[in-house]
Amino acid sequence: MIELFKQKKSLQFILLLVIFYLLNHFIVPAESNILWRLPPLLKWFPLYINDSIGYLMFEWWPVEVYDPDIEEFEQKPLVSQFTRIISGFILFQIEFIREIMLGGAKTIVTFSSWDWATANPWARMPGLPWTVIAGGATILGYALAGRGLALLVGFSMTYISVFGQWEPAMQTLSFVLVAAPVSVFIGLILGIWAFRSKTVEAVLNPLLNMAQIIPHFSYLIPVMVFFGIGDHAGAIATVIFATPPMVRLTLLGLKKLGPEVAESGMMSGCTNWQLLTNVLVPTARRDILIGVNQVIMQCLAMVVLASLIGAKGLGIDLLIALNRLDIGKATEIGICIVLIAIVLDRMSLAWANKQTDYFSSLSFIEKHKYSLVFAALFMIALGLAYVGQFIFPEGFNYLYIVPHNKGMSIAIYLQSGVDWIWDTYFFALKVFNEWLILSVLLPVKAAYLGMPVIATFTLFMGIGFIVGGLRVALTVGALLLFIALTQWWDRALITAYLMSVSVLVSGIIGITVGTLCAQNARSTRFILTYCDTFQTFPSFIYLIPVMMLFGITDTAVVIAIIVYASIPALRYTVEGLLSVPETLQDAGTMSGVNRVQRWLTIELPMSFPHIALGLNQTVVFALSMVIIGAMIGTDDLGQLILGSLSDRNGVGNGLILGICVACIGLAIDQILRTWANQRKQALGLN
Amino acid sequence: MSTQNATSPSDEPVIRCDSVYKIFGDNAESMLKKANGVVDAAKFQAAGCIVGVNNASFDIHAGELLIIMGLSGSGKSTLLRCISRLTDATAGKIFIEGEDILKMNNKQLIELRRNKMGMVFQNFALLPHKTVLENIAFPLQVKGVSTQESVKKAKEMVDLVGLTGREDYFPRQLSGGQQQRVGIARSLVIEPDIWFLDEPFSALDPLIRKEMQDEFLRLQSVLHKTILFVTHDFDEALRLADRIAIMKDGIIEQLDTPANIVLNPATEYVRKFTEEVPREKVLKIESVMDAFDPLESMSDLTVPHNVVIETVAEVILNSSKPVTVVDDAGQAVGAITAAKIVHVLFGSHSTKGSENAS
Repeated sequence: MIELFKQKKSLQFILLLVIFYLLNHFIVPAESNILWRLPPLLKWFPLYINDSIGYLMFEWWPVEVYDPDIEEFEQKPLVSQFTRIISGFILFQIEFIREIMLGGAKTIVTFSSWDWATANPWARMPGLPWTVIAGGATILGYALAGRGLALLVGFSMTYISVFGQWEPAMQTLSFVLVAAPVSVFIGLILGIWAFRSKTVEAVLNPLLNMAQIIPHFSYLIPVMVFFGIGDHAGAIATVIFATPPMVRLTLLGLKKLGPEVAESGMMSGCTNWQLLTNVLVPTARRDILIGVNQVIMQCLAMVVLASLIGAKGLGIDLLIALNRLDIGKATEIGICIVLIAIVLDRMSLAWANKQTDYFSSLSFIEKHKYSLVFAALFMIALGLAYVGQFIFPEGFNYLYIVPHNKGMSIAIYLQSGVDWIWDTYFFALKVFNEWLILSVLLPVKAAYLGMPVIATFTLFMGIGFIVGGLRVALTVGALLLFIALTQWWDRALITAYLMSVSVLVSGIIGITVGTLCAQNARSTRFILTYCDTFQTFPSFIYLIPVMMLFGITDTAVVIAIIVYASIPALRYTVEGLLSVPETLQDAGTMSGVNRVQRWLTIELPMSFPHIALGLNQTVVFALSMVIIGAMIGTDDLGQLILGSLSDRNGVGNGLILGICVACIGLAIDQILRTWANQRKQALGLN
Repeated sequence: MSTQNATSPSDEPVIRCDSVYKIFGDNAESMLKKANGVVDAAKFQAAGCIVGVNNASFDIHAGELLIIMGLSGSGKSTLLRCISRLTDATAGKIFIEGEDILKMNNKQLIELRRNKMGMVFQNFALLPHKTVLENIAFPLQVKGVSTQESVKKAKEMVDLVGLTGREDYFPRQLSGGQQQRVGIARSLVIEPDIWFLDEPFSALDPLIRKEMQDEFLRLQSVLHKTILFVTHDFDEALRLADRIAIMKDGIIEQLDTPANIVLNPATEYVRKFTEEVPREKVLKIESVMDAFDPLESMSDLTVPHNVVIETVAEVILNSSKPVTVVDDAGQAVGAITAAKIVHVLFGSHSTKGSENAS
């Protein structure tokens, strides 16, 4: 009997559920009951963090600094001086790029003064006509991947300009153009370092895991404290968020090379430095460039959030439009962000996949044809901008720049479309909305909140134990314990409820739709393109349509999460099914399986480890969306994090709340990953 | 087990291995110290250590081609990597031209590789972002040779391996055989004295492999390098080698000339390899001939001493009298009869060949 129990995992799960149910039933819900809720023993921790950071920033290690305003030396704390230098450095770069594209006087002011700049207006940066940038980007697109990409780029840039979003779009771009290279550089160095030293890799790994799962909001608060508010702060927060994937992919690319490449370099007599720069990094080029692509995508995902700490550009406009419930305007701006994201994504991928194909016998013109075309374009565009002065004698020179919000707009039509949907489907939407909230969401929420802390621990640690033994159970327990000891356990339960409802639906959608689409080549290609495209959308964008349909409700949040989180579930299902080896399929066919049998007995079991990793990603996606959902009003951890953004002493709270969210994600990650790895081993995959 | 010295008496060996051990695992060194030189692979494995090379000792002399033959996991590549110091041996001494390379620091090692060593890899290991010419010139460039000079040298190498006209191709535009020609050219561009080849032809199709082996023999007949060649293909070893070291579980089972290995396998393991070998294709006349007896009545025909039996078998079998075996100078050094040939071809495996192999 005991032997049977040891072998049958299903029996163990049943027993676990029975215990869980009994605990749920018999524990008395009372504040004093330690089995119901743990006391908030970590309440002091956020305050302690606030104090430490305050001390670090404003008191620790004072240094003598010359202040040109009062022409005297002053005592200033080291750290704040240091962060000020970094801020100034980054801000200068952003302003510089911005002024190349839009014109302005700040660059010159940096080297002189406002008075001088006002007195000498000729020194002002003139800014390029939009046609130069749009045309240049189109030529670059053509050089990278031919006509298709050139068309996409040209269309996108024209759209942005014609719709009067040129100025904020260029502001956004200037900020991405600084944040992305910095992230790439740091990521490359850390990745190489981790490749060379096992210790560094061991230290970086958990940090990277953590960094990718802590919600974006949480980064904003400490950055705000250390670096203040503005474009540079946004850029720094973006760098922190965008670097981890670069480290990951650099490390992955270098590890994938296999020993022979390094050995061939060593036997050629390379020094360590030559080995790295001449052999390893160029050979791992493709993965490293995919890392660059990831960095750019992360930067765009941060565009809206960075605007919360003062980054200028499309993000802040979108935020304002959403707050005013101006769906038309929000959609217009949203399309701009999406277009920029898709363009940058396609361009960087084209760069990654482009093989340098040079044959030494090219003529000068052939070698430099793109530069020559650009030079010609530059002259023509300047001429057009000059001519434009006469075509549009009054008002704006549209051939130079289309001023913000002075272009075409379809916002009114979009708005009336939204209104029409509301008028026509009001009843249906309302019924669905109310049904979902009253019969599904609220009961589930109540069930989560009615769960005694001991029951939650038993359930998760129990699953951990059954899946991966004592080590996993203890890890999961420790992660949950951290949350339970803060004063936000209930809020965490709400986050968990929103996440698990959405993950469940996303998982079902992902697996069924994914399976159906994997049936033939065309639908497979379609669904993978769908995933590629929608994955490049910054998560914030998903809020626009759901707010349009469901207003400010939990329904809107849940639907946004489901749409967003089903992307990885879909992708991993399709990829998992496609990765089932041909020979196994043939073996199945020769055994005479029918379609359903094949799916149930061959494809699904073989691809399930991969799908489980997809579910893991689904959880990560869902968590990040739950937190962003705070923007349209939830009452979970995300809302508190958003709140601490505007709190003077929000650092400690924000950080601890962020770590709580990360703990939820990591606990689930721990269980799913252990299980997937075990299955993989059992099936002889890898 | 037999670790005989090279037969030709020559001065200092180019490569000398003295009780080399390579054991993978955290506590390999302390385990090895305790074992006192007697390593039992099973015991070490139980302790979490894997034995790669177990007490290897041998010499390689200038211009000699030694082949290390073994199946996968036998430690043959590990031994090669110990000698090129791509991995550090756990114990033992390895001398290259009298210098202990295990005592060399990184700088000396780089110097050694830049001037004396070349290596060819199983999967070519070409740099995908460089052209054929750039790949070949790479060892010269890292050494700091001027571009003009290195391009000139690289071009010579391109001609040598027969890739003329493809200098500007990228590795991915070449077939496997061509890629390995680039690998060979790259390893030779610094004009090394010592040439390492790690299963250079294993990733190629059988036909291409044969072609590359011929190419390799042609190169060696011109270049006369000291060569350490690793393969899992016994036929390849027999075809190319001056001497063969057969490895199993990290131990060198036998190290001898191809003829002696075929005629006198030292262990049961070696015998299994030799059983299926068509002797007439491996053995040279000199390894089966009888002593020359001037009194005997001989056929008018002569055969050279250093050809494989197959090429002259018909002549000998058609002759009713013994055939004279002559050396390069035309001097009679032995005699061979049709009966002897028949015995070699169809005789039992217990054939005792004469011991006067060179």
